[in-house]
Amino acid sequence: MTFSTFFAFFLNGLTSAMTFFIIASGLTLIYGVLRILNLAHGSLFMLGAFFTFQLTHWFGNFWYALIFAPFICAVAGVIMERIFIRPVYGLPIPFQLLLTFGLMLLITDIVRIFWGVAFRTATEPQVLSGTMNIFGVSYPRYNIFVIVVGILVCIFIWILLTKTRFGKMIRASSSDREVANGLGINVPSLYTVVFGIGAWLAGLSGVLAAPLRSIMLEMDVHTIIEAFAIVVIGGLGSIPGALIGSLLLGQLNSFGTLYIPRFEMAFMYVLMAIILLIRPKGLLGEEVS
Amino acid sequence: MRYKYLWLIALIILLILVPLFLSKFLMVFLTEMLIMILFAISFNLLFGYTGLLSFGHAAFFSIGSYVTGLVLLHIYPSIPLAFAIGVVAATIAAWIIGYFCVRLDEIYFAMLTLAFGMMVHTIVWKWDRLTGGADGLVNIPRPNLNFLLFQVDLSSIASYYYFTFVLVAIALYVLWIIVNSNFGLALRAVRENSERLQFVGINVRRYRLISFVISGFFCGLAGALFGPFLKSITPSTAFWTKSAEPVFMSLLGGTKIFLAPAVGSVIFMYLKEIISGYTELWMLFLGAILIGFVLFLPGGVVGFLYEKLRGRKLGRVGE
Repeated sequence: MTFSTFFAFFLNGLTSAMTFFIIASGLTLIYGVLRILNLAHGSLFMLGAFFTFQLTHWFGNFWYALIFAPFICAVAGVIMERIFIRPVYGLPIPFQLLLTFGLMLLITDIVRIFWGVAFRTATEPQVLSGTMNIFGVSYPRYNIFVIVVGILVCIFIWILLTKTRFGKMIRASSSDREVANGLGINVPSLYTVVFGIGAWLAGLSGVLAAPLRSIMLEMDVHTIIEAFAIVVIGGLGSIPGALIGSLLLGQLNSFGTLYIPRFEMAFMYVLMAIILLIRPKGLLGEEVS
Repeated sequence: MRYKYLWLIALIILLILVPLFLSKFLMVFLTEMLIMILFAISFNLLFGYTGLLSFGHAAFFSIGSYVTGLVLLHIYPSIPLAFAIGVVAATIAAWIIGYFCVRLDEIYFAMLTLAFGMMVHTIVWKWDRLTGGADGLVNIPRPNLNFLLFQVDLSSIASYYYFTFVLVAIALYVLWIIVNSNFGLALRAVRENSERLQFVGINVRRYRLISFVISGFFCGLAGALFGPFLKSITPSTAFWTKSAEPVFMSLLGGTKIFLAPAVGSVIFMYLKEIISGYTELWMLFLGAILIGFVLFLPGGVVGFLYEKLRGRKLGRVGE
């Protein structure tokens, strides 16, 4: 294999890793703070992709989608949290799964009402179409854009969680809800905001992934399982873990299609199983007391 | 006390008589319901009785149905042979997968079963030379049952319904004996306080593994029944949403009473089938109903009625 092929596959892996990371970081953030495993997270991703189709279809402008679609998803997330998720805090996990599965079915049919069962596509903006030259490799501009946005989101989350007062509040409530409450943090509204941020991330991932793949029903059930695998590999609740999990899976998928084109999906689950057996809390997961 | 099981006998008689006055469509529906009841109750042995949430039980269901289907298609068209091989395959798979999974607890157990379940799905989906890939197995035969002196023709839906009914009834009876034996009691102890059991010298992992394997065995049987019933199998029987079905059926019915998941499966299947008869948007209604259940009836339908009638608290899963 020449360097340029290798490098192109590496970049492919990095591109999917970034869309993976953006959705998985939302999932793991919500689990880390709210202790909710949200099966409907993939549905928010799907909503993001369908909004991208609709907005680019109406306005012919991808940038509107990039700005508004994640925002609408965040609003949907906030409504979801307020009405449905709030009553199940503290309920055993099976009930959370049942509830969020119900939400998943609901969102699937809402999408079906508006967009039907046909495949949809969204096109990248004019500026980002075509290829550019990196180290002698001719590579699609849009993929580079996705990688850059992914890195920006990493930095944004890192600053949000470690450098701001809000981040301190999030970390305080995720390590001890009651003490945080006693210290005057309004935990319920914090939960709503965190859920909204998670939904925003899921929507953003959907927007970025939209021009790369066909937009259709059922993308939710596949995406959520990939996101689960990443979050479990990295450690439930750990955002750096989600980043490592995404990078690993991105490369695994990319080079998997090169060497073992048929079973590359299986390797993701094999990796997930091995990690769980060796380190049940994931690569960077912490003991949760 | 003598009349305690009267309702059960009445139900059995009713189930024996229904083919006389139900339409063909309803018979198909009822047969599928029986299969799903077996799937849900054998899943609940692990979930409700042993306290382990598996999110990968479609693996055993699909292995049971694929192996049975493959034997019927390619090796020898004999129902007993195919069922035996299919169920054994599912049991071996449960043994291997269970061996690893019982090391973990709670959510990590669920995630590991999910990973294994999706591995099976990928194999079933991608190994197209054996499994037919995305199309699955088609034209699975449904040969006659040969006894020494006579034959049973399974080609009509009514006769396959009786066949399913007998097998499911036997399987449920065996499961009923298991959960009421000392072993079943030990399983409930594992659920309630596994740490304490370890201190008194009981090998918790072993009990969990045995429960896992028994559960896999009966899920495999449910799967075996499913192939010749539909005469085709698709990879969606191995997808994680199929694993989610028995979880939700058990939760809808209630997990602490033996037959409650059956009620849950009846509700789930009924909703799915009936609503989809009226509107294409059945998921919308099913989703709304599932949400309603979690918010208002978290003990399940049967659990709720039981608590109201007996005034006794059953508690929720995981408490």
